[in-house]
Amino acid sequence: MKFQAIQGEGWLLTKAEQLINWGRSRSPWPFPYGTACCGIELMCALASGYDMARFGAERVAFTPRQCDVLIEAGTITKKMVPVLKRIYAQMAEPKWVIAVGACACSGGVFRTYSTQQGIGSIIPVDVYIPGCPPRPEGILYALLKLIDKIEADHPLYKQRRKVVEALEAAK
Amino acid sequence: MSLKERIEGILGRDLLELTEFRGDICVEIPKNRVIQALTMLKEEAGFDFLSDLFGIDNLDLYTKAKKKKKKSEDDEAQEPEEKGPPPPRFEVIYLLLSLSTNERVMVKVRVPEDDLELPSITGLWRAANWPEREVFDMFGVRFKGHPNLRRLLMWDEFQDHPLRKDYPLEGKGEERHLNYDIA
Amino acid sequence: MSKEKGLETICITTGPTEVGDYVTLNIGPIHPAMHGTLRVITQTDGETVISAKPEIGYLHRGVEKLGENLTYSQFLPMTDRLNYCSAICNNVAYEMAVEKLLGIEVPPKAQLIRMIMMELARIADHQVCVGILGVDLGALTPFFYLIIQREEIYEIFEWHHGARLTNSMGAIGGVEADLPDRFHEKWPKMRDTIRRANDETDSLLTHNRIWMDRTIGVNAFCGDDALDWGFTGPMLRACGVRRDLRKDEPYLMYDKVDFEVPVGKHGDVFDRYMVRMLEMEESVKIIDQAYALYKELPDDAPLMKKMPKIIRPPEGQIYHAIESPNGELGFFIKSDGSDKPYRIKIRPPCYMVYQAFEDLVKGEMISDLIACLSSLNVIAGELDR
Repeated sequence: MKFQAIQGEGWLLTKAEQLINWGRSRSPWPFPYGTACCGIELMCALASGYDMARFGAERVAFTPRQCDVLIEAGTITKKMVPVLKRIYAQMAEPKWVIAVGACACSGGVFRTYSTQQGIGSIIPVDVYIPGCPPRPEGILYALLKLIDKIEADHPLYKQRRKVVEALEAAK
Repeated sequence: MSLKERIEGILGRDLLELTEFRGDICVEIPKNRVIQALTMLKEEAGFDFLSDLFGIDNLDLYTKAKKKKKKSEDDEAQEPEEKGPPPPRFEVIYLLLSLSTNERVMVKVRVPEDDLELPSITGLWRAANWPEREVFDMFGVRFKGHPNLRRLLMWDEFQDHPLRKDYPLEGKGEERHLNYDIA
Repeated sequence: MSKEKGLETICITTGPTEVGDYVTLNIGPIHPAMHGTLRVITQTDGETVISAKPEIGYLHRGVEKLGENLTYSQFLPMTDRLNYCSAICNNVAYEMAVEKLLGIEVPPKAQLIRMIMMELARIADHQVCVGILGVDLGALTPFFYLIIQREEIYEIFEWHHGARLTNSMGAIGGVEADLPDRFHEKWPKMRDTIRRANDETDSLLTHNRIWMDRTIGVNAFCGDDALDWGFTGPMLRACGVRRDLRKDEPYLMYDKVDFEVPVGKHGDVFDRYMVRMLEMEESVKIIDQAYALYKELPDDAPLMKKMPKIIRPPEGQIYHAIESPNGELGFFIKSDGSDKPYRIKIRPPCYMVYQAFEDLVKGEMISDLIACLSSLNVIAGELDR
């Protein structure tokens, strides 16, 4: 968050959007949707060796209602697609998705009858991590990239744009 | 008495063919004597552990053999083709293990495409439960007497049998749609 | 709430169940205690489980069909993705199956390197299993101790063949690289750190009042039932049956090393946990002895047998099984003389174990169901292939 000025008794001058983004980006609680091998690397990233909690992902939320980031690690098969859609729908706004590994990005090594070729066609994905499996440092880097993306977001601007367009259409 | 002789002695007429390759013995039994032959192997020969159960689709082997035969015939005189019944397309293999002597045997049953049914051996070994469901799912072979013959690895509404040789690797574009309409 | 409609939807996927005043509880396929993508549809009377039907297939990726379209060497990385906690055991099992089909034997140095790597993978797998069993029962601390220890094993894998998790170690015909130089200094220290991590876990869990109450007597299973269901591995040994493929049908050089096979008594969750802890200790012994045998070989001993560029086995079919950390992992390969296998069938150890799940947990409480599922060490990649 960029401060414009700090005057004497602690006044802060900033944009509302930057305040909102600051609040959202500092504690992205992950939902570890680990299905396959990338799930083990996600576990290593969450454990003490490559601690993800120091970047704000402190409480690993095992329920979609209480999480911010859906970290999809592993192959998604066609049998699992409705389950993924339902879990994504159960998450509360604001929500983001990280697709870990080659299988989540594009089907990976499994170009077969039962594997979904990438989850980008099912749910909107914010960060893709290549690798089979990616190193835990890769998952941490993706989380940092996501934090950067959240900080550069325009949550109110989207609302304002809708209002401006509606007004112009009414003219 | 070696393993081969023991099996030949116990199975008797039920033994259609016995092959050995790299130390693995493969025994073929007829489709209508599956339960009797396996019971004899379990009780008299001592093969009391079912290691695995699976299917094989031999469609490509027969088309390749036909092609090879045709190629060699083209070079020589034109001979009329043999018009016998086609060989059975599917095979179901049972892998048995003897816990006391640590010997293994593969038991093969040929299943023709027009009569895709075998008796279930869940009465002999409960371990055959899910493997038989998987053979049904992947090849379409039904098992009479199975307590719960439904699809195992694919979703229930899936129509085809994926491991058959005429099913393409990348599938036919099926998708699963679930209606979560529980009010 | 339309109760009948809800049950109807569930009956489509499970078949007829006992309908009564029972609560239908669906656990999974995404659940903190489900190891990956397992689903259990239970009917409970309060906390007691009346029926528990497992449903699998959420990670069925078509590996066997893929094997029919790839060459023998191209299939090797697919085998990593089966039991991803100990990928090296799958690689070696597949390589040995193809070598049996070809009728060749690898040089002794390669056999010893394979043994050392496989036992390290076994330790890694058991560490994850015991750690996750602790997490599911509420004991988070041992998980962190064991995972940090596992990072050291990953380091050795990285030094040797470049990958942490999906190793693709070795090749058909031997091993591609010798033990790294850093291994020789690291191993004497690492055997102590592995033992220390095990001792710390042991001191936290084994005589812990809460752990004992939650695991002793839970899901006791008798050996005859286990054999009927096709159990192998630590699950079978915990029930009291002494079966280990490394002793019964020795492969590589397991008949030249001396180790014990820990066997439980009652088959409950505590026995399975203890069998795994003791097996980790035995694995350290095996690595020590294999390493001593390795040092006796000359430095320039061959690592790989001379193999053709394209592997074309003769026509025929074989089955070969090894003792993976979960049990008997077998590969059936049928070859039609071409460079691609005609049929590959993988015999996953946790497949036979998980089909007995209903028998294991009938009459137990829901928390015991969770403890049982953790102790089975069902890896979905192997189960569904």
